[in-house]
Amino acid sequence: MSDNKLSKEFLLTLYRRMVLIRRFEERVKFLFLEGAMPGTIHQCQGQEASAVGVCAALQPDDVITSTHRPHGHCIAKGLPVKDMMAELFGKTTGCCKGKGGSMHMGDITKGIIPAIAIVGGGVPLAAGAAMAFQMRSQKRVAVAFMGDGATNEGVVYETLNMASIWNLPVVFVVENNLYGASTPVAMVNRCGNLSEKAKIFCIPGVTVDGNDPLAVFEAAGEAIRRARNGEGPTLLELMTYRITGHSRRDPALYQPKDERDHAKAVEPIGRFGGYLTEQNGVSEEELRAIQSDVDREIEEALQFAQNSPLPKPEDALEDLFVEAL
Amino acid sequence: MKRMSIVEALREGIAQEMRRDERVFCIGEDIAIPGGWGGAFTVTLGLEKEFAGRMWNTPISEAGSFGVACGAALMGMRPIADVQYSDFLFCAMDQVASNIAKLRYMSGGKLTVPITMRAPVGVTGRGSQHAQNMETFFLPLPGVKIVCPATAYDALGLLRTAVRSDDPVMIFEHKLLYGSKGARAESGAVDASSDIPDEDYTVPLGKALVRREGRDVTIIATLLMMHRSLQAAELLEKEGISVEVIDPRSLVPFDWQTVQTSVAKTHRVVIVEESPKRSGVGAEIAATLAEDMFDLLQAPVRRVAAPNTPAPFSPPMESFYIPSVDGIISAVRETVGECREEIAYQGKDKKHARSGYTKRS
Repeated sequence: MSDNKLSKEFLLTLYRRMVLIRRFEERVKFLFLEGAMPGTIHQCQGQEASAVGVCAALQPDDVITSTHRPHGHCIAKGLPVKDMMAELFGKTTGCCKGKGGSMHMGDITKGIIPAIAIVGGGVPLAAGAAMAFQMRSQKRVAVAFMGDGATNEGVVYETLNMASIWNLPVVFVVENNLYGASTPVAMVNRCGNLSEKAKIFCIPGVTVDGNDPLAVFEAAGEAIRRARNGEGPTLLELMTYRITGHSRRDPALYQPKDERDHAKAVEPIGRFGGYLTEQNGVSEEELRAIQSDVDREIEEALQFAQNSPLPKPEDALEDLFVEAL
Repeated sequence: MKRMSIVEALREGIAQEMRRDERVFCIGEDIAIPGGWGGAFTVTLGLEKEFAGRMWNTPISEAGSFGVACGAALMGMRPIADVQYSDFLFCAMDQVASNIAKLRYMSGGKLTVPITMRAPVGVTGRGSQHAQNMETFFLPLPGVKIVCPATAYDALGLLRTAVRSDDPVMIFEHKLLYGSKGARAESGAVDASSDIPDEDYTVPLGKALVRREGRDVTIIATLLMMHRSLQAAELLEKEGISVEVIDPRSLVPFDWQTVQTSVAKTHRVVIVEESPKRSGVGAEIAATLAEDMFDLLQAPVRRVAAPNTPAPFSPPMESFYIPSVDGIISAVRETVGECREEIAYQGKDKKHARSGYTKRS
């Protein structure tokens, strides 16, 4: 953990957000396996620090794009978990009125473009948002979250190039969790660090420990500062690990046991909690209080979702166009 | 009032919209290079002089640039994104189909995607990959509106409507109808120029035009095929067959009312399109006619279309491939010929005339 002068209040805010993501994901997984929740889910247990660290460096009117694994990004950027839970249950009170579901979670009023679940497909949208900010001389920044797998998609290279030549205020955040679905990242990349891919576009590429929220906050903060000051885009690679399956009931047998055990032993929340108690004078009681406060918030969200109405079947016909055909 | 080609009308329209609304900008390949062409067919020629900073001349990156345009639209800008040839839309397909067409819906109506997409179509001596009438590929895609202007008047009016619309609109423009000049002139070009009024008119989406009135058969066709259908109609008039020609102008939304009014009069329909016949625009129109207007029809709906092959290069093969005036005339004769008996009856006994089809020989 980097040594700096961040306030205890801020550190606890980071901790709370990470815990909120973890507990939300665990609750959702349980509800899903119980059969209470429809659809499919891609979860981010173990990757909380990257989402929280990046979004903590953003302003409310900055914009992010997300992926098929969006829950953590959404919580980190400020989407209320009740809006998310209701969306997962397909309720009218969900953030997309039940038309999006897990893979298209988002709410533009919170600066979250509904998640794009085609790998790499959301990346140019962030550059486009950045282009709009630049044209309007707004000091706003866009962040494109993507996984390691997206760095092998053509549209991502097209976008990196355009962001570079036009100096767009955008930050490309690669969450490298070592697997594209089940495929090991080393099997499909010659580069050791994916941030090296920034080189051919002549923009900075930085690899940092994505499981350390303060290291992420610092690196993202610098990239976002550059973008906001008109110094152009950065490619940030955040090294992390997914300590759950790729989706639904995936037991992740492709993750070697020792690798996974190690990842669980050093997972970001326990690690950050230890840092807070050992070096920042935070008590175990304070952390436990945060955990129970988070659990209460999630239970309230669940109640809200379960008590919310389902859409009428024919609502499927609404919301296609502003001016209906 | 001023006479303009489609290219001139579009150029004028884009400039007017950019002056009217500072959110409007252009993004595309080779659209803003001094000494260049103004896009592949000169539509944006010279606009970079007036609109510096709003003409985004992109790398050869169709997927990226359509995605970027979408992202800007989500932030309230109004991009006009174009490809040099509509075939290149395949490269941008994921952005159009997964993002531009679906984001409003997936967001539960919270987002708007006010983007205008322009794409040149038509088989024009360039072989298979710069030839397709790509409207066929987007017709089944919920979430985009589709227009096909056959004249300069419609091109300008529909462009204004598209740019001012809060929904994604695709404009398919025909290379042979553009009226491009100089090095970008097309051989085999057809005059589609119009007298353009000075006032700020628009052409609404979903409003067809009866380009020629007739009694015996209705032809439905857009773009170049609409012009060929008018030629065919003129020749058929000489042999006593009265043809009504409908130009739908927009495919989504589609003006079924105008078609129904026409079919109620002629009871026979020929659909002409430049794409391969299988699952084309004609297939969709014919299926809807069968579902909703079966009782009005006295003959099978006939389609005149390209064969189910890519477009060939060599001129004799290409001429064979593109539906011709002669091909349209044959189809109309056949459609009417099957019903000669009913036409003869029609004046005397309408009820009898509409009682059924004459079997094909």
